[in-house]
Amino acid sequence: MIATANTTPIPAQAPEPVLEIHGLTKVFGGLRAVSNFDLTVRRGALDGLIGPNGAGKTTVFNMISGLYTPTSGDIYFYGENLVGMEPHEITQLGIGRTFQNIRLFPNLTVLTNVLVAYHPHAGYGLLDGLVRSRRFDVKEREMIERARDFLAIFGLERYQDELAKNLPYGEQRRVEIARALASEPKLLLLDEPAAGMNPAEIGRLMEYIHFIRDRFNLTILLIEHQMRLVMNICEQITVMDFGEVIARGTPAEVQNDVRVIEAYLGRGAAARQGVSM
Amino acid sequence: MELGFLILSIVKIVAILAYLYGLFWAMGHQNKIVKVAGIVIAFALIQLALTVKFGETQILNDFDRGLVFQACTMTMVALGLNLIYGFNGQFSLAQWGFYGIGAYTAADITYRWNVRDARGLLVAGIGVILGGLMILAVSRLVRRYKGMPVLSQFTLYLISCVLAGAIAVYIGNAINPALVPLFGTPDAPGILASPAVLQVVFLLAVLIAGAFAAEVSFLFGLPVLTLGSDYFGIATLGFAIVVQTLMVNTDTILPFPEMKGGRGMIGIPKLTTWFWAFLFLIIIIVVMRNLIYSSTGRAIMSVREDETAAKAMGIDVAFYKLFAFVVGSLFAGIGGGVYAHYIGFLSPGTFDFLVGFNPLIIVVFGGLGSMTGTIAASFGWIFFLEGLLRVLLSQLGTEAPTWRYVLYPIALLLLMLLRPQGLLGNVEWGFLKRPVAALQAKAAGR
Repeated sequence: MIATANTTPIPAQAPEPVLEIHGLTKVFGGLRAVSNFDLTVRRGALDGLIGPNGAGKTTVFNMISGLYTPTSGDIYFYGENLVGMEPHEITQLGIGRTFQNIRLFPNLTVLTNVLVAYHPHAGYGLLDGLVRSRRFDVKEREMIERARDFLAIFGLERYQDELAKNLPYGEQRRVEIARALASEPKLLLLDEPAAGMNPAEIGRLMEYIHFIRDRFNLTILLIEHQMRLVMNICEQITVMDFGEVIARGTPAEVQNDVRVIEAYLGRGAAARQGVSM
Repeated sequence: MELGFLILSIVKIVAILAYLYGLFWAMGHQNKIVKVAGIVIAFALIQLALTVKFGETQILNDFDRGLVFQACTMTMVALGLNLIYGFNGQFSLAQWGFYGIGAYTAADITYRWNVRDARGLLVAGIGVILGGLMILAVSRLVRRYKGMPVLSQFTLYLISCVLAGAIAVYIGNAINPALVPLFGTPDAPGILASPAVLQVVFLLAVLIAGAFAAEVSFLFGLPVLTLGSDYFGIATLGFAIVVQTLMVNTDTILPFPEMKGGRGMIGIPKLTTWFWAFLFLIIIIVVMRNLIYSSTGRAIMSVREDETAAKAMGIDVAFYKLFAFVVGSLFAGIGGGVYAHYIGFLSPGTFDFLVGFNPLIIVVFGGLGSMTGTIAASFGWIFFLEGLLRVLLSQLGTEAPTWRYVLYPIALLLLMLLRPQGLLGNVEWGFLKRPVAALQAKAAGR
């Protein structure tokens, strides 16, 4: 639990945990990709999950969002165990995510990308669509207007009729985050949102992440390699290496943790930095 | 003669494309009167061209008439395949098999009816309804037990469908003797032998054929759609071959002597009139278009674009794959029913899997994910390949028509090199356009 690893005192009434992971393990053949992973994310938090390549961060995300079935362990989302649920059921419970390599629907327009995310809440059935009932007309128009307004919040309305694949890279990232938000999540998982971005773009992304958290009342858990981003915006950080948690705490604590430095820079570097066990 | 025929054929192809453009323009018009009038006029135009004679010549002669019906059925099959492959991204070769299943099912119902045997209609009708109910019931059950392996689900569905079939056969055999007297004798036809009843039976037969093909595709698709795209393609090829093999052996390993196995089924009443063909064609086009431009259609397309992302957006990927596959097969089954009653003769050779590449070629030719492309390509392809080339080449020698199977693959190769997105790409005509513009106009006028 974060509380035990944390040196700063927890406020008297800490928000309730949104996500609680206990003893999560994933084995691929002989490889323990994730081993005995624990994590608690409280409501309104903006937490980070970092670690070198191959540490198992994305595997954790894939287990939370149901794309992988854990070998063992439990994932509780507002007290409900997600293990064994289908990915779409988990999304409908309120967990949205983005992907490390952008996964937009490339040949659909930006507007349609968002509309797909509205599908579980479309408000009309297949038959309404087939006979074009009044209900279909009303709900469909509502949906399209909502999607337009939604894109306008992010300043993406000028792209709405563009195919997603034709957008610049940074904009594709923003559309992907917007699309994840359109599925009305309570918890948002961002998988390396700053990958491939330049420093200026990262600056804008940080503002953007703060903005969406406040605007949509979100809890955010993000995976990142860009230390600048993580250290600047995350409140609590969990560090993984070889599938195990090696450190937790605030950015300052994690930055000075010898095991973290070892994991990132190697044992020698840790010694040279003068950090001793 | 050759030059005159060539020019006339090209004029016909252009005319039919203009006709389709006009039809979709009218159907897409805001005004309801224009819509209905457009459909009626479109129906009447071909009907007149098929019947009215100017002295000796007819605008659409018997040969063209065959092409029109062939193009209609091909459109139904290819639209279904476009839904599966073009919109949902599942490469399927089984479409031709479902077309064949639909053709034989519908043909058997009306054939038996004509020889005063109501069992075809009774068994197939009851079987399809019971089977559908069973599938719904089992799906309820399956949803309750989460995480049931697909193969176990499949076994449950299969057992319940076989059970439904057995019950249908039993009930059909029990009711049939009561109905037989109503057919009367050849000299004094009873009420069931009247032409009006036969038309109703034909309508039911086509619908049952579609539903039966859809149910078979459900059973087949449930386990097979869990395979990745390439493996799915191979499995569907296998399905097409199995269906054709069963057709060759309908009178030996299957208990349908009237289908006469490899010799071909003869004596199917030729009940498909232009009215029926046009009706089914329009219904399928409207259903397809309304499906694509709804939230369900967007879900289907998102599966094609990126399955993982679709899952993360809350789309039940397995369900929508199966759904698109079943609806596509439904279209193919209906197309088969219409085809059987136009041609009056079914041979397993027609449903060979090699011929089954035709709808695939049409879908790719017209543009994957373009409804206009599929419809235009179906008509254009039939009129070009079967109409123009066959006749033109037959002037050169008796074996020469075979050359069309050299010429059109070359045409296809050139198209793929020059225009890989298909002839029409993403272009849609009138009615088949995304109706966002209309919604915008309404929203603005509010």
